[in-house]
Amino acid sequence: MLLSIQNLHASINGKEILKGVNLEVNKGEVHAIMGPNGTGKSTLASVIAGREVFDVTAGEILFKGTNLQKLSVEERAREGIFLGFQYPVEIPGVSITNFMRTAVNEIRKYKGLDPLSGGEFIRFMEERKKLVEITSNLTNRSVNEGFSGGEKKKNEIFQMAMLEPALAILDETDSGLDIDALRIVANGVNKLRRPDNAFVVITHYQRLLDYIIPDFVHVLFQGRIVKSGGKDLALELEEKGYDWIKKEQEA
Amino acid sequence: MESDSNKIIDEVTRGDYKYGFVTEIETEFAPIGLCEDTIRYISDKKREPGFMLEFRLKAYRHWLTMKQPDWAHLSIDPINFQDIIFYAAPKKKKDLSSLDEVDPELLATFNKLGISLDEQKKLSGVAVDAVIDSVSVKTTFTETLAKYGIIFCSFSEAVQNHPDLVKQYMGSVVPYTDNYFAALNSAVFSDGSFCFIPKGVHCPVELSTYFRINAANTGQFERTLIVAEEGAYVSYMEGCTAPQRDENQLHAAIVEIVAMKDASVKYSTVQNWYPGDKNGVGGIYNFVTKRGICKGSNSKISWTQVETGSAITWKYPSCILMGDNSVGEFYSVAVTNNQQQADTGTKMMHLGKNTKSTIVSKGISAGKSQNSYRGLVRVSKNATNSRNYSQCDSLLLGSLCGAHTWPYIQVENKSSIVEHEATTSKISEDQLFYCQQRGIDMESAIGLIVNGYAKEVLRQLPMEFAVEAQKLLSISLEGSVG
Repeated sequence: MLLSIQNLHASINGKEILKGVNLEVNKGEVHAIMGPNGTGKSTLASVIAGREVFDVTAGEILFKGTNLQKLSVEERAREGIFLGFQYPVEIPGVSITNFMRTAVNEIRKYKGLDPLSGGEFIRFMEERKKLVEITSNLTNRSVNEGFSGGEKKKNEIFQMAMLEPALAILDETDSGLDIDALRIVANGVNKLRRPDNAFVVITHYQRLLDYIIPDFVHVLFQGRIVKSGGKDLALELEEKGYDWIKKEQEA
Repeated sequence: MESDSNKIIDEVTRGDYKYGFVTEIETEFAPIGLCEDTIRYISDKKREPGFMLEFRLKAYRHWLTMKQPDWAHLSIDPINFQDIIFYAAPKKKKDLSSLDEVDPELLATFNKLGISLDEQKKLSGVAVDAVIDSVSVKTTFTETLAKYGIIFCSFSEAVQNHPDLVKQYMGSVVPYTDNYFAALNSAVFSDGSFCFIPKGVHCPVELSTYFRINAANTGQFERTLIVAEEGAYVSYMEGCTAPQRDENQLHAAIVEIVAMKDASVKYSTVQNWYPGDKNGVGGIYNFVTKRGICKGSNSKISWTQVETGSAITWKYPSCILMGDNSVGEFYSVAVTNNQQQADTGTKMMHLGKNTKSTIVSKGISAGKSQNSYRGLVRVSKNATNSRNYSQCDSLLLGSLCGAHTWPYIQVENKSSIVEHEATTSKISEDQLFYCQQRGIDMESAIGLIVNGYAKEVLRQLPMEFAVEAQKLLSISLEGSVG
């Protein structure tokens, strides 16, 4: 078991957002989390990553058997949790190359590995760029500065390819993407899928799931996972809309 | 370039002030305090010609009539000049003719500071003048440079060997009447560097001076004079550190630059004097007058400074743009943390036609520090079609520090264009979370973000200095965000 979430409650400024989430993710699996706006999808991603503005009031998250509450944001990242941001932030003057080299070497240090030399790093980066179809000049630019929406999301996928996480959570990585960018993002994920890693793809729409075929689909509604199923559940949602879930819950 | 900056980031380390050690060395002192006898003592020690003593005494008498300026946004404890030793020199057995005769303790001190005075061991082309307390202990590459007709030596040697040049240029850019600290320096200055680049010569190596205060209760008053004749080019770097002491120490320096027609001088500083401890005890008072004159047409003077040290910094490297089409530049990163105070900026005086100046100032404030940019852009009536572009950015870390911008603009003709842009920002929680989510801890993330913010200025520095500067930025801000 890679990730095990039990009865997770989390709140921000005293307002409870997650009201008892249960989720289990094994290695080699792709999970899709769907649901209407404001039901806690992004909060769930942030809480797993360890964002401090959220208070975990009950329940626990186990990652590779370790209770994540004990780990800082960067320790969780070094353990292999990656969050693809919905709104990646700009860091002016810091090139992506520099940013990634710092990150890769911090993670290596944590694992007791020597840092990559300049040459080794560049070779590794070129190989990863090719894998996720990133053009060369992107990595010379400052992190997300002046990037289009599509470039920002591609950059997230590129960083995921560089850091090779055990668990990647992609928070609405498909939002605001045209069909070409969507394909690049999806291809990136598909190429990085391995028996020893897992993905949690948070999305509002079914269309991303035409490209990334999930093993499981969950519906998050009012802070709880109210429905789980196979990939067909996404199609059903697309057809019936979220009102169907709402009515079911109210009934 | 990318791998260079990676290398730099690799070398970013963190720690407290690393240069706070004291070298145990036999030192010769002037009697404590300041009077005409002190000045005679210094001049006598240096076996100076009469014109020097005369210059010093005139400066001293003028200084007595002046008051310490209080217009800066600084709170300064009163300085008791009678408690300061104005001259301290490591004792030497005989005159130095080779490195073997330099006290091994001093060589070790500079090695510890990362400055190798051994020319054989130097990898990169940098000539160094090493100044400890009041005297220059060694200048490297002097002979090699002499082949190009370049004079690079300590100020004392210049007074002995090139008195005419000293007489001609000393005080020509910063007269002793200029301000309180300039007058003080002119009276008691003890050493510094002298550079003279003859007509048409492109100086093949970086020239640098490393200033070190070692002795206690001592002030350092050095003077640097750089003259670039027609068509000459030189890049000059200055670095400085001091031991960690509980009392404040005074550093009042003067730098004068003269650039003739078509000459270009690039002056870079990494200032890392001891800043005092977290509670503001100790630290260097850094009162410096730096000014360059673009005397001939098409000349250029460029100042780049990275200011991370000192308890108090009062410093405005300036350009007088006299020659037509001359260019002045000022690139600055000033970091203040804990109880540090900095009031720094520049003056660009446009006198010639079509003169151009650029000002890029990046202030970074943390802790309870106060960081001010103060700048004057003055375009005179005759400086037609002149241009200035100023950009003053402030970055705040935490909520107890202050950032202030005081730009003064005076334009006396209608054909000139002056632009001023200013921003104030904070490192956002989003930026830190983003970095941390990639496995980068908060201290490293701040180092990364701050270096990115200051990149525009850091890229102006010579490579040897850029590495040191980037490290310093991270170290200076250690523990500033919790």
